[in-house]
Amino acid sequence: MDIREISSEEITSAVRKLFMDCNYYIGEDISQAIRNARENEDSELAKDVLQQLIDNNNIAANERIPLCQDTGMAVLFVEYGDKVVVKDGNFRSAVEEGVRRAYIEGYLRKSVVTDPVFDRKNTKDNTPAIIHTEIVEGDKIHITAGGKGFGSENMSAIKMLTPSAGVEGVKKFVFETVAHAGPNPCPPMVVGVGIGGTFEKAAQLAKRATLRPINTSHPDERYAKLEEELLGEINKMDIGPAGLGGKTSALGLNIETYPTHIAGMPVAVNICCHACRHKEVTI
Amino acid sequence: MKKITFPITEEQLKDLRCGDRVLASGYLYTARDAAHKRMYELLCEGKELPIDVDGQTIYYVGAAPAKPGYAVGPCGPTSSYRMDKYAPSLLDRGLKVMIGKGTRSGEVIESMVKNGAVYLAAIGGAAALIAKSVKKSELVCYEDLGTEAIYRYEVEDMPLIVAIDSKGNNVYVRSRGTEC
Repeated sequence: MDIREISSEEITSAVRKLFMDCNYYIGEDISQAIRNARENEDSELAKDVLQQLIDNNNIAANERIPLCQDTGMAVLFVEYGDKVVVKDGNFRSAVEEGVRRAYIEGYLRKSVVTDPVFDRKNTKDNTPAIIHTEIVEGDKIHITAGGKGFGSENMSAIKMLTPSAGVEGVKKFVFETVAHAGPNPCPPMVVGVGIGGTFEKAAQLAKRATLRPINTSHPDERYAKLEEELLGEINKMDIGPAGLGGKTSALGLNIETYPTHIAGMPVAVNICCHACRHKEVTI
Repeated sequence: MKKITFPITEEQLKDLRCGDRVLASGYLYTARDAAHKRMYELLCEGKELPIDVDGQTIYYVGAAPAKPGYAVGPCGPTSSYRMDKYAPSLLDRGLKVMIGKGTRSGEVIESMVKNGAVYLAAIGGAAALIAKSVKKSELVCYEDLGTEAIYRYEVEDMPLIVAIDSKGNNVYVRSRGTEC
């Protein structure tokens, strides 16, 4: 396969569009799940909250304004084909420029601060982004992008379980994390569970899981069943839409897994709000 | 559906019960993490606040930028618990209404009961919808904080739910007694 040249402008403009679109247009999987949940709820209050979300998402799409004021920190998972060369710049700068343009030109909120502890000065263009890059075979770049709000990010947790904890240990930690999150992460939530790898790999898997459509399942049937079981149990917790009670505490739950060490079984739970914004593109 | 006004009257406030749905009109201030930290530090130093919170309403929000032609950008509530450290000192200064989303600490609820204040919830994530009820937004202070500056909003029929009333009844605590 020959080397393929891509211009930095092409990457920038694709990234700009990803972040604008994910903030204006709710995903079809999420939209369908909210409509189904509204039908399924018994309480008028829960129905009313879900109807407000439906109305909100329609306003955002029709007027091209963000569906939530927290337009998030920009997170990108990139599969970078090893035959691709950025001919007039570098990949990282091209991505950051795309984020900058999306947040400035798209009327998105700039929510990133320079230093986490001492300065906390707003960078005013929502950069830097969080970019997870994997080199793959091929001559294309695939980007999955999400605007991650921190109401839900703050409710996420990781635990270094050990093998004897088994599947029961996984379930217990997921339930504890979701119950602790309660009404804070803008439920009904989307729950991403990362199991395996190392400390940081589990967290990354959990984030990746939130970026997978909620109408898909883990390829291994045992985990697909676990996804269903965990979602079912979470929806019995009576957290409900906006935390005001009801049958819909989560819209979806995805698990991502990876091989791990003989001594470990890390589990990370990344909580996402009911907007669960993400879009994908192949360049 | 109850109709209330901001600043709230004593009579309206006492009539609000946990779980009530209300439509609010009038004026409120916005403030979130960074503005609260500054106000709290002023109070700790024995200095005056830049706004008189007595009888007033604070909405925990950091709006997105307004598109041309809009009074305000999308402006849904942020998580209230992050303001818990600062809220009691504002309640002691007469703050009557807090608007946000999610749980509050025992200390805040205690201070609300002592001072006769309410905590109202806006629907988290319904930011584009909530913005429709904001008719006017003007900068009050802390401009350097950007979205975290203090603004004064004029609102009309803003949809809210009484999350914790002035008696301390809490909508997030279910009948089975567990706080979720």
